Amino acid sequence: MAALFLTSRDDGPITLVDLSGRIALGEGSALLRKTIRDLVESGRTKIVLNLGDVNYIDSSGIGELVSGFTAVRNRGGELKLLNLTKKVHDLLQITKLFTVFDVYSDEHTAVRSFK
Amino acid sequence: MAPDTKHLEVTLDTHVESVNLAEEMCLRVAEAAGFNEDECYRIGMSVREGVINAFHYGNQEKPEKKIHLAIELTDEKIIIHVMDEGKGFQLSDVPDPLAEENLLSTSGRGIFLMRAFMDEFNVVPGRTGGAEIIMSKKIPSPGDSSSNGSTRNANSGASPQQEA
Repeated sequence: MAALFLTSRDDGPITLVDLSGRIALGEGSALLRKTIRDLVESGRTKIVLNLGDVNYIDSSGIGELVSGFTAVRNRGGELKLLNLTKKVHDLLQITKLFTVFDVYSDEHTAVRSFK
Repeated sequence: MAPDTKHLEVTLDTHVESVNLAEEMCLRVAEAAGFNEDECYRIGMSVREGVINAFHYGNQEKPEKKIHLAIELTDEKIIIHVMDEGKGFQLSDVPDPLAEENLLSTSGRGIFLMRAFMDEFNVVPGRTGGAEIIMSKKIPSPGDSSSNGSTRNANSGASPQQEA
């Protein structure tokens, strides 16, 4: 089972996190949790998660996305999603989380969407 | 059990790695049974969620407890049983993850996903004293377009069916 890989890059006050692999119970979920927590603690609260290469998310991974969304929002920031694969798109749709997250298919638009 | 039913049963440790192992095992059986890629994804995800449920909620991550996984393959469907050694639970007690007040919950979507992705789903008291999740999916017959990746509405109220 493919692990999760993360790289972060900054665009001014906005941090883009490129993810690839699986966000699932175990290391994948834990790594995402730590990454978001570290960003928030360092004051980076405008975050875009680029999920273009994430082909699998289980309920644990969904929980981490929601947890990250709430943690960032509680610090006055925003966490947005970019480039959903079809499987992830469908998963967010049936769990109604599409109504919770701001989702973008274009990085430029995602970055410009922050206030 | 019908004479032509194939049966595979394993006992797994209450460990995160058991979740991946169970998923991989069921994926291999599902692929061999003729399910397409989308259906295999749904079966694999459901098994994963069932074992996560047993690992976390049923056995409460206690390493001395076991998770029992059984896969039955008939001519018509794949039937998966996941049993834990916890206290059991009632489906009616599981909160609806689509309710407005639960949308931002960080857990509680596993049962919903299993119901959405499988044709039949039920929870019964298991022989080990805990909960037994039973779920099945019809094997697509050649030319069958009704089982090519659709997702059921998990809240549709479709009657769960208990397997013998």
